[in-house]
Amino acid sequence: MPRPNGEPSADRISAVIADHLHLEGPLLPMLHAMQEEFGHVPQAAVDPIAAALNIGKAEVHGVISFYHDFREAPAGRHVVKICRAEACQSVGGDTLAEATLAKLGLDWHGTTRNGAVTIEPVYCLGLCACAPAAMVDGKVVGRVDEAKMATILKEAGA
Amino acid sequence: MKDFIIPQDDRDMGTPARTGAPVTLTIDGFEITVPEGTSVMRAAAEAGIKVPKLCATDSLEAFGSCRLCVVEIEGRRGTPASCTTPVAPGMVVHTQSSKVKKIRKGVMELYISDHPLDCLTCAANGDCELQDMAGMVGLRDVRYEPGRNHFEQRFAVGPNPEYIPKDTSNPYFTYDPAKCIVCSRCVRACEEVQGTFALTIEGRGFESRVKAGAAADDFLSSDCVSCGACVQACPTGTLQEKSVIELGTPERSVITTCAYCGVGCSFKAELNGDELVRMVPYKHGKANRGHSCVKGRFAYGYATHQDRILNPMIRETIHEPWREVSWDEALGFAAARLSGLQEKYGRRSIGVITSSRCTNEETYLVQKLARAVFRNNNTDTCARVCHSPTGYGLGQTFGTSAGTQDFDSVEHTDVVIVIGANPTDGHPVFASRLKKRLRQGAKLIVIDPRRIDLVKSAHIAASHHLQLRPGTNVAVVTALAHAIVTEGLFDEAFIRERCDWDEFLTYAEFVRDPRNSPEATELLTGVPAAELRAAARLFARGGNGAIYYGLGVTEHSQGSTTVMGIANLAMLTGNIGRKGVGVNPLRGQNNVQGSCDMGSFPHELPGYRHVKNPEVRAIFENIWGVEIDAEPGLRIPNMLDAAVDGTFKGLYCQGEDILQSDPDTKHVAAGLAAMECVIVHDLFLNETANYAHVFLPGSTFLEKDGTFTNAERRINRVRKVMAPRNGYADWEITQMLANAMGAGWTYTHPSQIMDEIAATTPSFAGVTYDLLEEKGSVQWPCNEKSPEGTPLMHVDGFVRGRGRFIVTEYVATDERSGPRFPLLLTTGRILSQYNVGAQTRRTANVVWHDQDVLEIHPHDAENRGVKDGDWVRIASRSGETTLRAQVTDRVAPGVVYTTFHHPDTQANVVTTDFSDWATNCPEYKVTAVQVGLSNGPTGWQQDYAVLAEQSRRILPAAE
Repeated sequence: MPRPNGEPSADRISAVIADHLHLEGPLLPMLHAMQEEFGHVPQAAVDPIAAALNIGKAEVHGVISFYHDFREAPAGRHVVKICRAEACQSVGGDTLAEATLAKLGLDWHGTTRNGAVTIEPVYCLGLCACAPAAMVDGKVVGRVDEAKMATILKEAGA
Repeated sequence: MKDFIIPQDDRDMGTPARTGAPVTLTIDGFEITVPEGTSVMRAAAEAGIKVPKLCATDSLEAFGSCRLCVVEIEGRRGTPASCTTPVAPGMVVHTQSSKVKKIRKGVMELYISDHPLDCLTCAANGDCELQDMAGMVGLRDVRYEPGRNHFEQRFAVGPNPEYIPKDTSNPYFTYDPAKCIVCSRCVRACEEVQGTFALTIEGRGFESRVKAGAAADDFLSSDCVSCGACVQACPTGTLQEKSVIELGTPERSVITTCAYCGVGCSFKAELNGDELVRMVPYKHGKANRGHSCVKGRFAYGYATHQDRILNPMIRETIHEPWREVSWDEALGFAAARLSGLQEKYGRRSIGVITSSRCTNEETYLVQKLARAVFRNNNTDTCARVCHSPTGYGLGQTFGTSAGTQDFDSVEHTDVVIVIGANPTDGHPVFASRLKKRLRQGAKLIVIDPRRIDLVKSAHIAASHHLQLRPGTNVAVVTALAHAIVTEGLFDEAFIRERCDWDEFLTYAEFVRDPRNSPEATELLTGVPAAELRAAARLFARGGNGAIYYGLGVTEHSQGSTTVMGIANLAMLTGNIGRKGVGVNPLRGQNNVQGSCDMGSFPHELPGYRHVKNPEVRAIFENIWGVEIDAEPGLRIPNMLDAAVDGTFKGLYCQGEDILQSDPDTKHVAAGLAAMECVIVHDLFLNETANYAHVFLPGSTFLEKDGTFTNAERRINRVRKVMAPRNGYADWEITQMLANAMGAGWTYTHPSQIMDEIAATTPSFAGVTYDLLEEKGSVQWPCNEKSPEGTPLMHVDGFVRGRGRFIVTEYVATDERSGPRFPLLLTTGRILSQYNVGAQTRRTANVVWHDQDVLEIHPHDAENRGVKDGDWVRIASRSGETTLRAQVTDRVAPGVVYTTFHHPDTQANVVTTDFSDWATNCPEYKVTAVQVGLSNGPTGWQQDYAVLAEQSRRILPAAE
């Protein structure tokens, strides 16, 4: 999982841009690299990216906002994604999600106050056979019930 | 395009026109033949059948997102969108099958389920395509339950998280996300038509919304240039003019021509009664093709500004307050003074200045006033200070004093040189058309001391930016020719066929000289030789090459030489006489071309014919019934010099503010102060009026009939949309002044003046108001040889016979930087303001530019301890002024830049009296200056502010 890696300074943003400028269709790789580097895509990166690629800043914003996975702010230390697609819903995914959010006192995309865990929705992890499914820091977990979720959250320090 | 109150030919065809082989198909049983590549939707429209649509409009490429325009095509599966489906031979289309009707109703029902049903109080009521389409598809019921939506501010349980409040940050239009149907027309208009890329769709799915700029931006802080293309494209009330919100939907429209820059855009003035509600670019305008900029589209509020003077005024001396008087008294006073001056100081002691902002007819009358009533040739025009070198240079080389192309030509060009022009600011609609061509792959070479927006902005970049030192245009242009000649890249066949070969040989020998090589001139010009050679090769070998230039070429001591050098380049590379090529001056003001054509210059009668020529004089003497002075008159600078010397005493100045716009303000002020009768004819008490004895209130372009001639020689009609608030159109006022001096003129409509112009001027011989009514516009020459006008000049041969190469020796200006004045100042303009700002400063355009600032390179700024936003003093040997600094690397080290839109800055206090060797066009673009920190206005600025206030006092009218 991408880790926040310190404050996004202008120099570091330029360095990320420079690393990807040679690619064909460099915008998405650049945004991924920003998220890798800073844990999110900083607002301060929009203008330099637009200038480097000779496109409008609105276009950059359009792309960033299109993909839910690009963050505006760093996530918690761990990210737990709960599947909300149909197969998982049919076997209690919704209840699991609601219970988890209630337990942590969060809304979707929220982060616990100690900065340990961010909870996000995801629409199908391709793990329908083992529904309800979740993903913890990029690793999928199947047959998640409330007990399993409690363990996950405890390990994550929530 | 919103379809209402508009003529039949103005309806929206859905998708852009195509050219190609004819294709015949059947739509709803009607056979129709259209060019290959046309969409089914457009073909249906050609057949008079309107297919319902929301995301399509004929100014934009088809997008296929709204799914309302689905049709059935025999032999094809499904229901394709008619906007994205091209026609095919023999195709049989049904636009109204029960299947598509059902689909359309369903689509419409979905749209309406997330739309506020507040039509009666919506500003777009009666002017809304969503409303029209709901009616057209017969939507009667919305079955969806209330639920998540974007339009309700609050639900019973709390605020609606999807609701985004209206963005009112732009002074001229609002963005209301609650009404948006996310058809993307605005985003596409910003990209395809305007080329600014300021808008996007943020989010995805149900969360998709139109967004200006990045996350934290609103419309004002985004890259938006307020051209209005998005407002124009919006099918709903989402993007809506504030004027319509306030005044209601207009009920009538009049087609007229914008009175700002030399592009000459056609607009529909939309009104209720005589109240102007909005200006909408006219789709069939041949200069603008339906596009506009912030000035023409929105900045017309000056016409009703409270500063406008509506009654004539006089005063004995310039130290007294103004006295409002009747027209008779004012004109009698003026006529008596002028006649008295002529008796006392001689026939040639008075003169006129014609205006490049007034119509051809008005300009013609003002020069006629000088020639037929004053009986001298003391007539000049503001073109003196902008494009007089164009007239001279192109006249010498090609034989006509005008650009060679129409604006449509840019769609066929492959390589463009932009030299000394900043089209995105000065000629925005042309810039959008140029950028469109650049995005299609044409190459661009920019020759400018400043990194203008065209050098690099969203989706376009210049191949070469030759960032020359101000004042070295001739050296750079000649070095380009050197590279072309020595590397054998010139078009010998063209030159042999069309030009004088001997003159070419002389010229070639001159440019071949190693002192003209890029390497030799690099030190002088600051342009790297390799870059310059690459640019030369690109231009010579890159296909159709076109050159566009502006005042950065002409306003130099060698302005005329550079124009000739540009003409040489075009002939050298064979780039004259067809589409996509040519030499194209971008004219500053709306009617610079026209005012020059109309004989405003002291040595030329209308049609650029020298006043010394007895046959030409005879033509006018016959019609006017007076003898015309054979001696050329005084140019503006000569008038001012003569005034200071005491031999020039009276001036009638129509629609120009020479005090602010002409160089060396102190000298202009001294000249004006020395005159005994200055008559200013203008909308406002402008700066020149501070020295005037008579003020005649002028009329705006909305208040009179006439014609403007734009940069492509296009004669466009200006139509009266409301009665003059000051009582008379400007041509009537000039006529009244002439008659007060005994002229006995009897014009009752400008068309009669045009008839007189046509009768006397060969290039206008075929022009009549009837023809303009029929054709919309014509480009001169319009005569027996080309009865419908001439879009392209010099097609089969040059007007003068053979094209003439002229040797362009570089002579450095006497204005040089040195120890006292180490920096070079160059001046220009900005998008939101126009010329001296008299009009645009009186509109909401000031939100973009409320003061002139001095651009200075970080290096020069640091040396002087200047930080961004500091007050700085800028001084030349002529004078000094203060303004705020903007630290930027747009300018090169050693160069500073400012605009001249604000009278309290008076940039022209600093500029000098050097001028073009041939035409006296002032050298605005090069002044040696020093810049230092300052803590407030200079003595001149303070004194001037006091004087301006004193001289604007108006006594209440006598009972």
